[in-house]
Amino acid sequence: MGIVNRVARSIGPAAAVVFACYLAYAWDGRQTTAVLRATLTFATPLILCALTGLLGERSGVVNIGIEGQLLAAAFTSFMVSTVAGVFWGTLAGVATGVVLGAGLAVAAVNFQVDQIIAGTVITILATGLTSFLYSQGRVIKGRMPTIKVPGLSKVPLLGELLFNNQVITYLALIAVFVVHIMLFWTRWGLRTRAVGEHPSAADTAGINVHSLRRRNVAIAGGLAGLGGAFLSLQSASTFARGMSANLGFLALALMITGRWRPYLSAGAALFFGLCKGIAAQLQFKQVVSIPPQFVNALPYVLTLVVLTVFAGKVRAPAAAGIPYEHEG
Amino acid sequence: MNEREGGREVALTRVRRRAGAALVPVLAVALGLLVGALLILFQGRNPGRAALAVFHGAFDGWGSFGRTLEKATPLVLTGTAIIIGLRAGLFNIGAQGQLVFGAVFSAWAGFRFHGLPPAAHVPLALAVGALAGAVPAALAGVLKAKRGVHEVITTIMLNSVIIAVADWLASRPWRSKTAAFSKTATIEPSAAMGRVSKLPLGFAVAVVVALLVAFVLDRTTFGFRLSAVGGNRNAALYAGIGVAGVTIAAMTLSGLLAGLGGAIETLGVLGHYEQNTSATLGFDGITIALLAKLKPRATIPAAILIGAMRAADTKLQSDAKIAPEIVSVIVAVMLLFVAAPALLRWITKRTGGEADSGLRLTSGWGS
Repeated sequence: MGIVNRVARSIGPAAAVVFACYLAYAWDGRQTTAVLRATLTFATPLILCALTGLLGERSGVVNIGIEGQLLAAAFTSFMVSTVAGVFWGTLAGVATGVVLGAGLAVAAVNFQVDQIIAGTVITILATGLTSFLYSQGRVIKGRMPTIKVPGLSKVPLLGELLFNNQVITYLALIAVFVVHIMLFWTRWGLRTRAVGEHPSAADTAGINVHSLRRRNVAIAGGLAGLGGAFLSLQSASTFARGMSANLGFLALALMITGRWRPYLSAGAALFFGLCKGIAAQLQFKQVVSIPPQFVNALPYVLTLVVLTVFAGKVRAPAAAGIPYEHEG
Repeated sequence: MNEREGGREVALTRVRRRAGAALVPVLAVALGLLVGALLILFQGRNPGRAALAVFHGAFDGWGSFGRTLEKATPLVLTGTAIIIGLRAGLFNIGAQGQLVFGAVFSAWAGFRFHGLPPAAHVPLALAVGALAGAVPAALAGVLKAKRGVHEVITTIMLNSVIIAVADWLASRPWRSKTAAFSKTATIEPSAAMGRVSKLPLGFAVAVVVALLVAFVLDRTTFGFRLSAVGGNRNAALYAGIGVAGVTIAAMTLSGLLAGLGGAIETLGVLGHYEQNTSATLGFDGITIALLAKLKPRATIPAAILIGAMRAADTKLQSDAKIAPEIVSVIVAVMLLFVAAPALLRWITKRTGGEADSGLRLTSGWGS
């Protein structure tokens, strides 16, 4: 009964959204497709980064260095792909995210550096290093391949949107489901949540709190790294200084709004993408003359509004941000 | 042991403790420079020439030293701004945005009012800039105190919003009519803060403000309350301190100083506001606050150090053929080591000594 109820509760809103999309599609197909494409493009890195933040906090480590992981990964995947192509570039991005995640994990878990400070250090270090090492004039070798799912991609609107994408978009969407299932249906997930909520109880039960936290934060970094590869290899096809544009921080806000749950966080990211997509389209069509600066600032204003409404009503994992010391 | 020897012993321990306190920042600076030198070597350039370029660009004569002090001015203020927050357990990572707001609004006050004497115009424009910086910071403070939204997220979001608004103001309503790119109109001569016999006036203002803040934080009840809230919110609440009020006050004050830094940059150096995409003053302020070990007075030498490297950026480029972004890397490495005393201890294999003096911030997301 519980499961049926839960499924109905999540399918209901999803069906409503799909219905609204088709209404809009019937009204104006070209513009609806354009808006929803922009939605997906904007939301993809946010989804990946929100998952990174979520996995960290579920295990009890606040990761405020996502911004730095994103930027550094965008840089390395760009640099590697100019030499070795897109595939190795993407891998390099993921590896960068993992390495920086491991750095944060060791600082936070082993050295017990304040997690907010440690994350900030990662961001500042990434900003400085990437802008120092970047030089213009390099070109990416190859293109991120587009995969058309046979049959499904012929479905109007949704098929075109969901089954005719470049690789990382698929990976991001799949990651949402994988993280959800891992977190709520596996032994690893139960342990992770235990370590994030009540580490001393988890310790008593024989879980190695430190090593689980380290491993989770490092692996989660790979998702932000994939987001970085998305930015430079798929979305922009180049690197620019500071191209992460605070998306890493935005993702944390989405994670809070999404109550540390993968589906809700991804939904929040898509909603953000939708708002941005609509604003951009309105401006592009010159329906209303919004200065471009304001369109760009929209997601950040939206974040502030959403946080004002939601924060205080949601509860973070109890041990997020608190170093754990083994007793005895 | 007689009394005299006892006294000497006490004095010696005091000296040792002082030296010990300075050890971490000094080591962090040294390691930062070392990493910078290695990076320069790695690029096939000469670190010695880089050091020479920094010397010529930053300390060679009053002209370049004045520039160093000009670069150090906003750093003293953002560093002090961040210290105020950290003392209260708040991490004002948005000093950058608050500074930008201060810069653009003081530019407006500088060109909008005509016929004022400098003695009135300069303080007016400074006050407008400081207030403009205080408003977004206060908003973040209110959100933290009343809604439990973490200040790191809100101030970063506000940074992006502020930079967009400032960019729009400089490109549309307040745009200079003659400029080819978007920047605000130039301030009236009566609003300009020049140099008093080679010493930038703005630097003097920043030093006075830092000393004032040191006094307020260390010698007044308000400063005590701030530290109490930063030390343990619950204990402070239990002791009857209005934690919400202190939180908002600390953020507002922090923004006020950052805004003042922006105002001095406009009135004392640029004479107008223009968008600067590579601005790192807020981030540098974090490093300075930690290098100074949260002592406002110590921001002055720390800011001169980083200001010198920033002042020498064109010399680095022209004399030593090194991208000036190297400075950001060096500053970040310094931050890395100063933020993690345990890491430094591990490197120096120094065991024992004082307990971990690492910072503890409020790291939850409220509720």
